[in-house]
Amino acid sequence: MLDAGHTEETLLEVNNIEVIYNHVILVLKGVSLSVPKGGITALLGGNGAGKTTTLKAISSLLQSERGEVTKGSIQYRGEKLEGFDPAGLVKKGVIQVMEGRHCFEHLTVEENLLTGAYTRSGAEVARDLEMVYDYFPRLRERRKSQAGYTSGGEQQMVAIGRALMSRPETILLDEPSMGLAPQLVEEIFGIVKSLNENEGVTFLLAEQNTNVALRYAHYGYILESGRIVMDGPAAELRENPDVKEFYLGMSDEGRKSFRDVRSYRRRKRWLS
Amino acid sequence: MPVAFLNFMEVTMNGLMAGVLYALVALGFVLIYKASGIFNYAQGVMALFSALTLVGIMEGQVPFSHLINAVLGTEIHHFGWHINAFFGILFTMVVMVALAYCVQRFVFRHLVGQEPIILFMATIGLAYFMEGLGDLMWGSDIKTLDVGLPQGGSFAIEDLTAGWAAEGARYYGMYIDNLDMVATVVAAILVIALVLFAQYTKQGRAMRAVADDHQAALSVGISLNFIWVLVWSLAGFVAIVAGVMWGAKSGVQFSLSLIALKALPVLMLGGFTSIPGAIVGGLIIGVGEKLFEYQFGPMLGGATENWFAYVLALLFLVFRPQGLFGEKIIERV
Repeated sequence: MLDAGHTEETLLEVNNIEVIYNHVILVLKGVSLSVPKGGITALLGGNGAGKTTTLKAISSLLQSERGEVTKGSIQYRGEKLEGFDPAGLVKKGVIQVMEGRHCFEHLTVEENLLTGAYTRSGAEVARDLEMVYDYFPRLRERRKSQAGYTSGGEQQMVAIGRALMSRPETILLDEPSMGLAPQLVEEIFGIVKSLNENEGVTFLLAEQNTNVALRYAHYGYILESGRIVMDGPAAELRENPDVKEFYLGMSDEGRKSFRDVRSYRRRKRWLS
Repeated sequence: MPVAFLNFMEVTMNGLMAGVLYALVALGFVLIYKASGIFNYAQGVMALFSALTLVGIMEGQVPFSHLINAVLGTEIHHFGWHINAFFGILFTMVVMVALAYCVQRFVFRHLVGQEPIILFMATIGLAYFMEGLGDLMWGSDIKTLDVGLPQGGSFAIEDLTAGWAAEGARYYGMYIDNLDMVATVVAAILVIALVLFAQYTKQGRAMRAVADDHQAALSVGISLNFIWVLVWSLAGFVAIVAGVMWGAKSGVQFSLSLIALKALPVLMLGGFTSIPGAIVGGLIIGVGEKLFEYQFGPMLGGATENWFAYVLALLFLVFRPQGLFGEKIIERV
């Protein structure tokens, strides 16, 4: 079962990596995780926990930000990823959708999608464009508009659709819910789920919105200050009392303000 | 038609054609600025360098001959061949691509993510380096560049317009330089080709994508280094055209690099990020300075062409800092 996570064929294996920015700032302090083929794996945690850094370490976008993986290893299908540039990774089937959407503002929606197929050529590109429009019918309507003038939700769709155009095996999806209305968040996640089920795309998903992410993901890792503090099948994490209390704002006594969370217990739990 | 009006028309036409040459230089700036955010001070020197190289190749000059002769005590200056203009330009294009690669590989690759002012300083250094390199390679004497472009005024236009004036008026037709007309046609073709390339090809799209968002372009697998070499090469080709036109007009000399300074007001008018802006800006400056000189020059003691463009640019900076066609800053509310 996919829910078990580790029992399936592992695509991506991150082994105890440490990431340092600018030679001094230690951001990841030994993160390990594995992403099974055909699953949706969620990487959860608050601001500054290291989610984005983990994804960028995998997609090797760190290099352009003066970040560096100093320890550990990242393997994709058993092959080490060190020394690959982002273009090489896209050709291998790993693509990142960056946080904050990052559309090409002055290009039209369709041109945005076509840049996603930069590493490919041939007739399949046109077919894939239709496939993307089928998943995101709104984009078909707006294909000739400049991406900068589309709404936040549409831009997120453009970003995901653009990644799809490279025919990826794995999408590293960074914070798709950022700045979107709850209804749109559900819509985006629904599409992620159907892409996963119908197209067989594997997702590694970084999210702050623990509630939504755990409903759609199969397996989850919780990251805090650059360390994985907990992991398990999404269904289990959802029921875990600590996750409930610290990330879902719930406890045995019902809904609860984060202010009242017993921080000593939190510390005890994480340090053990 | 009254003679005064015909004179006015003639000045305007000549202004338009001078403007085309300004626009050509400005175009090189825009290409690089859009794709990499680098304000390339060396664009004028690139025009000079390409013109020097073209002359050198066509005349069969031995590059670095002074240096070689000084070190080895030999007396070589020429290979003893002459190459026609077509192959000369082709070779020069190869040299400009090589130059683009070197600039990217040895300078800007190491400066990725630095402040714009640092990149700008690097291009100033590059400008002086290339000026010196051009001097060392091809010598510093003024050369004539003859690629077979027609020289002198156009008799056809003179004959045609001579009859336009009223009967009995002393009017002998318009003077329009043949070379200017060729330059206009070549520039128009170049611009159309560039726009088509940027708009409808995969690499052109990638170029615009890089101009919009480096990181996102990187994330979809576009190689920034490749795109930057591409835009520097394109800017190099534009520099060749500008170098050939100016070189044919006034000889290949080192003051050619100063036309870069005339491109600055053009950019302020047209906007730094707009290809059509560079063209229109160039035309406005060209026509503006010629007409101003024609109308007010005598009152102000002449030579207004030296400063008119900068004053106009200053007015634009005050009232419309993004230029006429500067990229609209997209802001969603």
